Amino acid sequence: MPNRYSAWSLLRGALAGHRNWQGAWREATPKPRYDVIVVGGGGHGLATAYYLAKNHRVTNVAVLERGWIGGGNTGRNTTIVRSNYLYPESARLYDFSLKLYEGLSRDLNYNIMLSQRALVMLAHSRHDLDSMARWANAMRMNGIDADLLSLEEVRSRVPGLDTSSGARIPVLGGFTQRRAGTARHDAVAWGYARAASALGVDIIQNCEVRGFLKEGGRVCGVQTSLGDIRAERVGIAAAGHSSVLAELAGLRLPVTSYALQALVSEPLKPLLDTVVLSPGTGGYLSQSDKGELVIGAMLDLFPSYAQRGSFAVTQQILASILALFPAYARLKMLRQWAGIVDVVHDSSPIIGRTPVPGLFINCGWGTGGFKGIPVGGYTLAHVLATGEDHPLAEPFQLERFISGRLIDEAAASGIAH
Amino acid sequence: MMQIPCIYCGPRDESEFVCGGTAHLTRPPLESDDRQWAEYLFFRENPKGAHLERWRHAYGCGQWFNLERDTVTHEIRAVYPITQAAPR
Amino acid sequence: MSGTRLGEPYGRRIDRSRPISFMFNGRVLAGLQGDTLASALLANGVRLVGRSFKLHRPRGIFAAGIEEPTGIVDLVDGRHRTPDERATLVELVDGLAAESVNCWPSVGFDLGAVNGWFSPLLPAGFYYKTFKWPGWRPFEPAIRRMAGLGRASLERGGEVYEEISENVDLLVAGSGIAGLAAAAAAAEAGARTVLLCAGREPGGALGWRGDAEVGDLLVRARRAGVRILTRTLAFGVYDHNLVCASERLAHVPASATRRLSERLWKFRARSIVAAQGAFERPMLFPDNDRPGVMLAGAVDEYAHAYGVACGRRVVIAANCDSAYRVAESLQAAGIEVVALLDRRPSVDIGTHAAGVRAIANTGIGKVIGARSVRGCVAVPADGHSAPRLRLECDLILVAGGHAPAVHLHSQAGGRLRWLAESSMFVPDGNARGLVSVGACAGVFGREAAAQHAADVGRALALGFTVPAAPVGGASRSLASSRIAAVRGKQLVDLQNDVAVSDVELAARENYRSVEHLKRYTTTGMATDQGKTSNVNALVLMGEFTHREPAEVGTTRFRPPYSPVTFGALIGRRVGALYRPLKRLAAVEWHARHGALFEQFGNWSRPAAYPRSGESLHQAAQREALTVRRTVGLFDGSPLGKLEVWGADAARFLDLMYLGTMSTLAPGQARYGLLLNENGVIVDDGIVARVDERRFWVNTTSAGIERTAAAFEEWLQCEYTDLRVLVTPVTSRYGNATISGPKAFEVMAAAGFGAEFSPQATRHMTLHDGHWRGVPVRVLRASFTGELSYEINLPAGETEQLLQALAEGVETREGCLYGIEALEILRTEKGYLHVGTDTDGTTLPGDVGFARGIDRKAANFVGRRSLLRPAARDPQRLRLVGLAPLDGRTLLPTGAQIANAPPPTQTEGHVTSSYPSPSLGSPVALAMLARGGERLGEQVTVHHLGRRIEARVVSTPFVDPKGERLHG
Repeated sequence: MPNRYSAWSLLRGALAGHRNWQGAWREATPKPRYDVIVVGGGGHGLATAYYLAKNHRVTNVAVLERGWIGGGNTGRNTTIVRSNYLYPESARLYDFSLKLYEGLSRDLNYNIMLSQRALVMLAHSRHDLDSMARWANAMRMNGIDADLLSLEEVRSRVPGLDTSSGARIPVLGGFTQRRAGTARHDAVAWGYARAASALGVDIIQNCEVRGFLKEGGRVCGVQTSLGDIRAERVGIAAAGHSSVLAELAGLRLPVTSYALQALVSEPLKPLLDTVVLSPGTGGYLSQSDKGELVIGAMLDLFPSYAQRGSFAVTQQILASILALFPAYARLKMLRQWAGIVDVVHDSSPIIGRTPVPGLFINCGWGTGGFKGIPVGGYTLAHVLATGEDHPLAEPFQLERFISGRLIDEAAASGIAH
Repeated sequence: MMQIPCIYCGPRDESEFVCGGTAHLTRPPLESDDRQWAEYLFFRENPKGAHLERWRHAYGCGQWFNLERDTVTHEIRAVYPITQAAPR
Repeated sequence: MSGTRLGEPYGRRIDRSRPISFMFNGRVLAGLQGDTLASALLANGVRLVGRSFKLHRPRGIFAAGIEEPTGIVDLVDGRHRTPDERATLVELVDGLAAESVNCWPSVGFDLGAVNGWFSPLLPAGFYYKTFKWPGWRPFEPAIRRMAGLGRASLERGGEVYEEISENVDLLVAGSGIAGLAAAAAAAEAGARTVLLCAGREPGGALGWRGDAEVGDLLVRARRAGVRILTRTLAFGVYDHNLVCASERLAHVPASATRRLSERLWKFRARSIVAAQGAFERPMLFPDNDRPGVMLAGAVDEYAHAYGVACGRRVVIAANCDSAYRVAESLQAAGIEVVALLDRRPSVDIGTHAAGVRAIANTGIGKVIGARSVRGCVAVPADGHSAPRLRLECDLILVAGGHAPAVHLHSQAGGRLRWLAESSMFVPDGNARGLVSVGACAGVFGREAAAQHAADVGRALALGFTVPAAPVGGASRSLASSRIAAVRGKQLVDLQNDVAVSDVELAARENYRSVEHLKRYTTTGMATDQGKTSNVNALVLMGEFTHREPAEVGTTRFRPPYSPVTFGALIGRRVGALYRPLKRLAAVEWHARHGALFEQFGNWSRPAAYPRSGESLHQAAQREALTVRRTVGLFDGSPLGKLEVWGADAARFLDLMYLGTMSTLAPGQARYGLLLNENGVIVDDGIVARVDERRFWVNTTSAGIERTAAAFEEWLQCEYTDLRVLVTPVTSRYGNATISGPKAFEVMAAAGFGAEFSPQATRHMTLHDGHWRGVPVRVLRASFTGELSYEINLPAGETEQLLQALAEGVETREGCLYGIEALEILRTEKGYLHVGTDTDGTTLPGDVGFARGIDRKAANFVGRRSLLRPAARDPQRLRLVGLAPLDGRTLLPTGAQIANAPPPTQTEGHVTSSYPSPSLGSPVALAMLARGGERLGEQVTVHHLGRRIEARVVSTPFVDPKGERLHG
């Protein structure tokens, strides 16, 4: 790896006027042929390339990105990482992801600023308390940390929360996963890119895939804005555009694209040191290291590929947050944006082979793709390298929509993921 | 926030409506196989661009109708009754 | 140095006869009516206002409007604070108190300033390169305390907000000469026109100069009926020409009283005219962030509008011709212009300033003074050749050219192009539904702007083609004003401390796209959203990567144009008006009878009626036992009610429910499960046939909306040939449910006739009749397992009926019971509660309806999905009864069932669980894998580390033969 990042190298940089630093990743031009092409230079695509190179020694890999790396949902989410899932299949998948996150800064030699500040999920009714008990117990059975919180414990962890008796949205207690938290989204993309590039992966930006090359029904490359590029296997990891790309390859996915909004406040001194989720209102928030409150809530409930949110939904999101934190009324919204998420019926991802030979897919993460980046890349790399589904990904195949073996976390918990 | 032209009530704010997804779906019969059934239930079109979809004026007249709407620009190009064939 | 007021005619916006007292960092200062906090601070000679974000460098007021990057303060009123206010926008009122942000212990002596000593160690993105051992989290608290600007209160103040929606023909955002011209012309041509003015008075930059033409336009606009909203900033253009704007009403939020603070406007406009002007671009030179370095136009505005001389001896660093006009203007006001250092070569300079020493091809190589400018050193543009010229001054003006405010244009989807000669991005054609005029369109000539804007206004009003913007009129400006070979930090983003060297580092490390640049260096991410920094950052990135600024591109502008208060964004959607709760018609009657109300879904309902000293739990136990022993009265009004009628009503309900309704005889009722297309249970209910063509459908309280919606969707979209009408009537009818062995006794005592006796009516039958002349509809159905009558009647009569029945209940030692007792009673009976025992994955076969599916001949919604392999998996969870082995320990709801210690695969979970007062032992329902085959089996229940042994048992727990139903 060209520049090793450390406090010492930073000190050396300071003495050298920071002229010693090299590109975090190589700017590459496409070769005519690769072993594997990954379509999509977001977190999942870059992680796929990294794990192909690191775990499987497959380094003749190109990541093709239509715009700039990390510019899609990787750079548009609310950066929450957690593994509080009900079903064993999901729990295993997401906890593996969280464990990879826990070692990622050192693995990549890039500080992704993982902040395991815990999440607190608020119970607004006794029914919520029961649901959370089910959830906590299920997680413990799966070997994942989970605890229930009394109202007092919620109060002490979440200052400013309206827990008064007159609150429109009462708070009765909550649930916590201590290992949950946030990570710096851009750093995840850049860190994977840098590490993958150092292992020989070509990262090609401004390269739009416009079609797939096929031989005898098998995908053998892609047509791009920079010309045709051939490959043994092609993986798609392009959340938001999964359907569009799959259609180009003659594949229909069970995906609908929706806009998911997020917004931030102006920067403030420390106010909130945990991730708060309120299933009853749909709202969730945390405070970034810069001091901005990072806020999200419900989807814009109509199909959309526009990376902008509906103002009506912005109002609903903020109304949800202010119902919980009335004192936030005077804070100001600084930025607002939206990402396009792949929504599938059971809110669980699809990772693996497709009916089109040579074509592999990682999609369908819905609103929760960021936390799945490490495992999404890990398992897609596995199937791309070996042709076999990774055991963690076996339940998450396209076939489940036909058999009806859905892994419906949202429906089971009554809580959107 | 879009403004949606309800065919019965005229243009109203998006927040009065509920989107019911892709229009003109054909429901396979009970005898269909699992794949056909899954294609109807889950494997629906998800176009980037023009989309025929159905909406209900839920907080208004309560009626369903069809729209042709662009999923990128959100421009609404046609509105027509629920029982009417697709405009193309 | 001390700023002072200039004499008349300077200070058009202030009233010298009305002094105002205010506080800044605990110091009492004096200002004038009409001042902003910024102008008052400048008038008081306050230079040091705050500290920068990362390095805590001293910062002062830099601008005069919404672009202010550094004059950020917290406003303090009693216990409440309004964080991160721009001093340039805060209108001064008596008693206003402001504090500097991001400094401790004080703005003058800020310990965070040590960051400045280490700044070589803190280049852009330094945190990505270190803090990896032992992990980020240990370092985070210290970093977080250093970051952030203002401090927020944790208590809500008394301010309120409201929202108004309007439809207009033309919405003009911006009140300068172009906005006024467009609005006046449009209104004169008959368009209903609203003009938004962000400041206190319309007129823009010409307004505070006292321009006569602007005054005339204003008169014309008003006469033509243009509605002008002042203090109202258009911050967002959304789909289908929705413009959102916030109006400031109170200048300081009130903490004690409920005072209207801000108003949100939502304009649905046929056409939008953007006329928000342009921002001045700063110059790049070392220490260009020192207090006393200010935008030239802002200094001119402070002089003319507020009568404030921001300094006495001024050096101007320029990259455009407008600097010369400012120089003349300030000279005229008696402010000495020491020198005008023009970064451009002479050929690019298109003007001169009388009596001002202007030096071409020159910039600033060094600023003298750390907390306040005391002088500077002028150097040739190449930075190293002689001569170096030391200049004494107390103020440095920067005039780097202009950046049109293309934000609304870009929000509306408009594209931009780079105008190389003036080094600015201008709109490339018009966005859909929005036309830019004046400086924000790149039209800088005053006459041209006014004429074009008027033509645009008229064309939009009359539906004509809009004329293209005559872009131009701005002088030549260099793209980059940087001085290459000088030492020191040349800041690009003044709030976030992004320096030229940071942009260079980003380029070197391959963060070259505009989005990477922004995210890696944080340039443009501060509260000013890069209004003064974006163009300089792009130009620099182009320079370092050998690209034109147009190739680097800009980020897409998104709302809000300027930060907007959360409270204003949501208006009245707070407190009780946030998702308003539904209340029972007889809410006060229940309150008088000791109800403890809780929220159940959207309803506020009695959970129980605790007597003194009783907990909710104890009350529910007592109530449940009383129902079993004697009688109880329950308000079931929220129960969902639908009338379904028409020739095909029976056929339709067969399609909707698992349960055949077409075979019901009039007067009969049947239980039904409502499925979605995936075969999942979404609701249950009772369907009663009133007559051949009419059905009365009871849904759950929580399920009425989705049931009604599903019925409508299927009728309107799929079964369009069926002649059926569905009418939701939940709120039209109240429902009093009387349940228990003495239920009919109570009814008889209340005046119900023998036709309602258990002998005359059977379980699951419907009877219409009258009670005290009021039509009643009585359903013999039971969710308690006891003899029950659900009496429906017009909602307004509910209280009368409850009162009549309550009297009979009381004399029979019965009681009122709430939801909690009902839950106990139905759990004892093993009755399913959809949403509690089921979740979004539960199929009918899982809860004992497998035979019902097989028996039913007709198709029904969800049926096909029940044929999929997953639905027929023998491992599926089934609803079973569960009892603790010791007969005492409650099996907590949500506990998991597994016979091995964790981590292990769970076999199910407890869904409902209560101590049974009738049995004296706990009872529970659970979903258990292969549950149906496991009767009598012992299982282990896990709850938060506890293990409880239990046995799978049959249900019902109480009255297994179901005899009590019949009375």
